[in-house]
Amino acid sequence: MKPFAKPAAAALAALLTLTACGAGGETAPAAQGPQPLRMTIWTSNEAHLKLFDEIAAEYRKTHPDVGEITFDPLPFESYTTTLTTQIAGGNAPDLAWILESSAPDFVSSGALAPLDDTLRKAPGYEFDDLTPSAVKLWQAEGKLYAYPFSTSPFGVFVNTDLLKEAGRKTPAEMIDEGAWTWENAAAENAAVVAGTGKAGMVVRDFDYKGWDNLATVWGGWGAQPWSEDGRTCGFDSPEMVEAMTFLHKSIFTDKAFPGPGTTADFFAGDAAMTITQISRASLLQDATFGWDLVPLPAGPKGEYSVIGQAGLGVFKNSPNAAAAADFLAFFTNPANSAKLAAYFPPPRASQLTAETLAKSNPLLKPGQLQKVVISGIEKGVVKPNHTGQAELSQTVRAALDPLWQPGADVKAVLGGVCAKIAPMLGT
Amino acid sequence: MTTTHPKLQVPDRAGARPGTGTPPFWTVRRRDNLVGYLLITPQLVGSVLFVLLPLGLVVWYSLHEWNVLAGTFEFVGGENYDRLVTDANLREVLGATALFSVGLVVLNLALALFLAILLNQRLRGTAFFRTVFFSPVVVSLVAWTIVWQFLLQDDGGLNGLLAAAGVEGPNWLRGEGTAMLSVVVVQVLKNVGLNMVLFLAALQGVPAQLYEAAELDGAGVRTRFLRITVPLISPTILLTSIITVVGSLQVFAQIAVLTQGGPGVSTTVLVYYLYQQAFQFHHFGYGATLSVLLFAIVALLTLVQWRMRRRWVFNET
Repeated sequence: MKPFAKPAAAALAALLTLTACGAGGETAPAAQGPQPLRMTIWTSNEAHLKLFDEIAAEYRKTHPDVGEITFDPLPFESYTTTLTTQIAGGNAPDLAWILESSAPDFVSSGALAPLDDTLRKAPGYEFDDLTPSAVKLWQAEGKLYAYPFSTSPFGVFVNTDLLKEAGRKTPAEMIDEGAWTWENAAAENAAVVAGTGKAGMVVRDFDYKGWDNLATVWGGWGAQPWSEDGRTCGFDSPEMVEAMTFLHKSIFTDKAFPGPGTTADFFAGDAAMTITQISRASLLQDATFGWDLVPLPAGPKGEYSVIGQAGLGVFKNSPNAAAAADFLAFFTNPANSAKLAAYFPPPRASQLTAETLAKSNPLLKPGQLQKVVISGIEKGVVKPNHTGQAELSQTVRAALDPLWQPGADVKAVLGGVCAKIAPMLGT
Repeated sequence: MTTTHPKLQVPDRAGARPGTGTPPFWTVRRRDNLVGYLLITPQLVGSVLFVLLPLGLVVWYSLHEWNVLAGTFEFVGGENYDRLVTDANLREVLGATALFSVGLVVLNLALALFLAILLNQRLRGTAFFRTVFFSPVVVSLVAWTIVWQFLLQDDGGLNGLLAAAGVEGPNWLRGEGTAMLSVVVVQVLKNVGLNMVLFLAALQGVPAQLYEAAELDGAGVRTRFLRITVPLISPTILLTSIITVVGSLQVFAQIAVLTQGGPGVSTTVLVYYLYQQAFQFHHFGYGATLSVLLFAIVALLTLVQWRMRRRWVFNET
């Protein structure tokens, strides 16, 4: 092998250098002919994909320079991981949906192209119709880096049949009496568990791991995981301790929530109530039980609302970035935004009316839309988000684990969470 | 090679043109060498592209801070290696990895050998039981793990069985001690069949007359096992222990499906931790550094096992 050693080493070194350069995110030269566009999304719902394809087909009629537009569904659970792996592998899409939890990372990284100019210049776009509260998360230094295509409030879906079977009042009746509070909601669910053997309140997607979904509970106590500027830990605040003490008691003493390691699917009729985003209403299309959608129960601090958001951004390094931004402007113009509102509550003030939403949400009544969706978006707090959210989230998850035991010392565990994440905040 | 085979020297001379004194370029030796290199080329290209190059790249990446989102790739020298020392989680992660590996290797080898001995008896139905114990090896790992996830849930099948017997089972995947135990047992049951088959083949290679002679000399079951069986199957014990140790350090899917490293970080083993750092937290440089650490640990353990074989493997002295 000796005579081959030198050339082999040189070839390896050359390959290493080439690959390392590729890793640096160099842009490829623009190719000739119609250029295809690819958008990564996390829905694989056929109705959603059909609507996207229709909008894309309409766009291509007037834009022959754009080739096929592909909507590439990735599994929701590993969406951001898969997306960043594609970017790392030099296979970044031209456009991507971005979850609110990773918004600060994507917006501050410089990976996304600013959209203001393209959107403002697009004919009939009505850029100023976008509500400031909806675009806040997606802006940095006055520039918009992703369009908030879905602003979806959390509500409580209720299995009214199970409540009747347990001989309890429905939340709608309790709202009329002004008694729709967390204390009463927990009592209702505990009664259903005792009376029917089914599960009580399910915080969907929490499963004792996705703790950011608990913002829909502790919001009632005015608690926050960290301060507004993201620099101070809020887990050891008195509000959070009180909220988590309530939650712990409801889980382990009152059995109002299913415990760790127990599965219960509300949409299959296994639970009395579930907290989730209104977009899940589509799962109730073939429901065999009576159901209702109500706002989150009031906590000691009164009524509150939590929203989940999703943005749509264009990758700056894409060779087709300009075409992708232009397509985004078309995809989200007032006419298409109204169509998308069937599944994704729009950020446009003019379209946030019960009448507009009712047209495209046949499963929900105007009253439900007004109470949960419209007022939810108006006063909603976005689910927890922070730069470096993935690492922070994992650290909080690990530190919160001791809380999900029957005899846990709530205050000590929450103090432990702060001890773990304090060095990561504000950096 | 300092000595040349006499046969190879002949063509050199024979190929020389008489009277000119300049030998031709394509001597038999060169042609033989070319054929040899051509024959190993496919394997060599595969190894370079899919083993050596990625290995080299991992070391290269470990010297850089690679921010995938920002598209930056900066040389940081040994910074990532310094972080190995200061990383507060790494000690717990290495502890969990060691616990998993030791638990898996001991349980797997002991159970595999025990099953192999049982199934080496001339009894009816052994073929059926061999198939039963081997079948999990060919089942998809993720499918196997997901089924066990359902069985091990608080309201799952295992606790249902225990409840029928009047015992209240623990919440297997959420307790600090039981989570690791569950992951180890699920993995042992998945792969024990492979080692069992290897042991079975080795046991069948032990000459029966050795046992007969020992029995005539008055050796009991225990002595026959320790003095005849173990020494004669020791090469297989070495092989299975190397395979199992290396495999145990690469466990990922079971952790990802069953516990996601929890509760706390009690089941966060090294491979899962490096996946988190690289692909979830976007610290690709540090993830690569953890890969280098894993490579060093696997290489070191294999070397130690290989060196120790002289002491206890039967025909290796």
